[in-house]
Amino acid sequence: MASSNAEGHWSATSRLMWTALVIWAFFSFVIHFFVNSLNSIVVFGFPLGFWFAAQGSLIVFVVLLFWFASAQDKIDRDHGFAEED
Amino acid sequence: MAQAQGETGFLANLGKVYAIYTGGFLAFVIFIAILEQMGVPNRILGYLFVGFTILVYAAIGILSRTAQVSEYYVAGRKVPAIYNGMATGADWMSGASFVGMAGTLFALGYDGLAFVLGWTGGYVLVSVLLAPYLRKFGAYTVPDFLGARYGGNFARFLGVLVLLACSFTYVVAQIYATGIIASRFLGMSFEVAVYAGLLGILVCSMLGGMRAVTWTQVAQYIVLIVAYLVPVVILSTQKYGVPVPQLMYGQALQDIAAREQQIIEQGLNVANTLKPHIQAFQTYNPLNYFALIFCLMVGTASLPHILMRYFTTPSVRDARKSVAWSLFFIFLLYFTAPSYAAFAKLEVYTNVIGQSLDALPAWISTYSQLGLVDIYGVSLTKLGAGLGALKDAMAAGATDAAGVALVLSDAGKTAGLAAWSALSGPVQGVVFEAFQANNAVTAAEIFKPAIAAAAQAAGNATGLLGHSGLAINNDVIVLSTPEIAGMPYVIAGLVAAGGLAAALSTADGLLLAIANALSHDIYYKMIDTQAPTSRRLIVSRILLVIVAVLAAYVASTKPADILAMVAWAFSIAAAGLFPALVLGVWWKRANKTGAIVGIIAGFGICLYYLVATRYYAVSFYEMWSGLSGANEAAIAKYAELKGAWEGAAPEAKAAAWKAFDAHAQKVANWFGVANISSALFGIPAGVIGIVVGSLLTAAPSRAMQDFIDEIRRPKGKELMEGGNLVNEIR
Repeated sequence: MASSNAEGHWSATSRLMWTALVIWAFFSFVIHFFVNSLNSIVVFGFPLGFWFAAQGSLIVFVVLLFWFASAQDKIDRDHGFAEED
Repeated sequence: MAQAQGETGFLANLGKVYAIYTGGFLAFVIFIAILEQMGVPNRILGYLFVGFTILVYAAIGILSRTAQVSEYYVAGRKVPAIYNGMATGADWMSGASFVGMAGTLFALGYDGLAFVLGWTGGYVLVSVLLAPYLRKFGAYTVPDFLGARYGGNFARFLGVLVLLACSFTYVVAQIYATGIIASRFLGMSFEVAVYAGLLGILVCSMLGGMRAVTWTQVAQYIVLIVAYLVPVVILSTQKYGVPVPQLMYGQALQDIAAREQQIIEQGLNVANTLKPHIQAFQTYNPLNYFALIFCLMVGTASLPHILMRYFTTPSVRDARKSVAWSLFFIFLLYFTAPSYAAFAKLEVYTNVIGQSLDALPAWISTYSQLGLVDIYGVSLTKLGAGLGALKDAMAAGATDAAGVALVLSDAGKTAGLAAWSALSGPVQGVVFEAFQANNAVTAAEIFKPAIAAAAQAAGNATGLLGHSGLAINNDVIVLSTPEIAGMPYVIAGLVAAGGLAAALSTADGLLLAIANALSHDIYYKMIDTQAPTSRRLIVSRILLVIVAVLAAYVASTKPADILAMVAWAFSIAAAGLFPALVLGVWWKRANKTGAIVGIIAGFGICLYYLVATRYYAVSFYEMWSGLSGANEAAIAKYAELKGAWEGAAPEAKAAAWKAFDAHAQKVANWFGVANISSALFGIPAGVIGIVVGSLLTAAPSRAMQDFIDEIRRPKGKELMEGGNLVNEIR
């Protein structure tokens, strides 16, 4: 029982890891492949391709990390592996 | 007991303490502003600014002194997530980030954003792959984890080696930056400023180790972020009426694009040097742009002085939150940097380029005096040095401009010869004539005729400054913003204090990472495992001082390649440490042999590529010409220069070699990957090394696999206590 719980915890943790890494890779690399096309869209004076590299991806990284911290904490709590508060 | 109570009081009232501190700092800035209005000279205001802030850091460092090992190494694991985030922000953002980042974006436009992305996105890897697990493990240093996870001291020793390779040049660069900032703003000599900076660093780290460094870094973060944001917020308010530069520079980007168009139409872009600001891939090709982002990110996630900050949080949960806060505090600076760059570029494109050479703005000559701005290759510093050399040459019997160099070289005045040769022929003529007409002439008086002559020689007869005529050092963008916007000196002093805070805080963290690895991993774990606590702490402190003095000494010699080597630190850390750390947590099958093979392969290939492509470019290309990404024209030029060098007469050999080697550095590569991204080869080599080495040898013991399971679960105690494993793993 304990061991299947441990496996469940680790597979949920791994899934979250891959989800986070996919988002990370998308905003680190993939979106910037399209910088030239995105630059033709201009919002508030910002060409979008430039804006994503200068600010957009950064905002995503910050939000991603806060979300990741709470999502992993939930996984730990659900499996009874969280630290005491 | 009294100290313990004071300690609890301090931790319970952190918010209040730092709120009072921030208020006090702002009050101090206002006080300086009042002094300035009363007519106190700038030099004194500068000393007050820098002196006061360093005194505060020193006071925090002394108050946080400790005699406990766990306080010294990991601040007692009591640092709340948000404060550890601020400390990490200061730890991370170096003097170069603070003063140089906006300048890089100014110069490179879109391509410079590789640094903005690379130095932020890496924190996702820190949080997702490493920090929480290393926190649960409970080590004091990063090599400590390698030692326990892979068993035996060899992996530990390799970890220390990589740590030294990536951290030492980095700390030298920080001390160098403190010297530059202090000498520029306070007029101290560079060498004195370096050793003054050394004192500022030692007093913060030596007595209290990680504990003292943590609380000074929080204080330094507050100074640096205030100093970074205030000038650009004022600027944005002045220009667009809204104090949010991060939103308002969109308009500036549009104006820049329009102005770029005009510059081309007005024929001011003859040398074709203009790179449209938002246009991608003009400096780096896509391969190198993305390779650089990747290497910087993975490097961020592997730098020991960053990872060890997360050893100080109260829990694993807090370690994760703390990474998020770290990135938030770093983000505040990095997402502002593009607006600095855009505002500065608009200013330069509007009021400098295309202006008459006779009527350039005053700040140009301010920074020309510091040698940070060149107009057609001429600066006031260069003119002053050339003038000095000319005086010597005339005294030694020179009679015409063409004879000066010969006289100087015959008289053995190599420095004078270099200063004279730094001026182009037409400029030498102007300087010589002016000197003959009046032998008390100053550099400032010949500046205008000199730049006019240089512009003529560069093929510009319009009398207007063309795009290629202006060369600005990256540091100028942040340093000059207060002056360009006409702000009082107090703001410039604030910026200097901020830059100093950024350099000092990073130096503290790096120094501690190096000294702790030497004292804990080498001394305690490998030399004297029975050493009592008191001796371990004494050894730590002595090593800290030795490393600091050594770094300050190296910085005081002004090593030429230091900035390039800092960029190498990321690739070295990424290739040497990342695979072993990540697979150590995420792959149970990874074992000692694999780790050793992997670290040696990753670190070795990375270092080979860095050194060989930079310093042995010709031999590298000869060996690997089949893999080079050079195009046919470049290869033909290589052959031509090689022939020229082989056929050169003995006295021309050195010059021919120089040209040959410089070109060889452009073609010496594998698949066109730039030197700075060498981890692109190092990381895969490290991963393959670990996988192959592990699979060819026996799996780790049952006990080790249980140990890895323990790391993966936040619940329960740390696996190490006091720097030793609680249960020995067999």
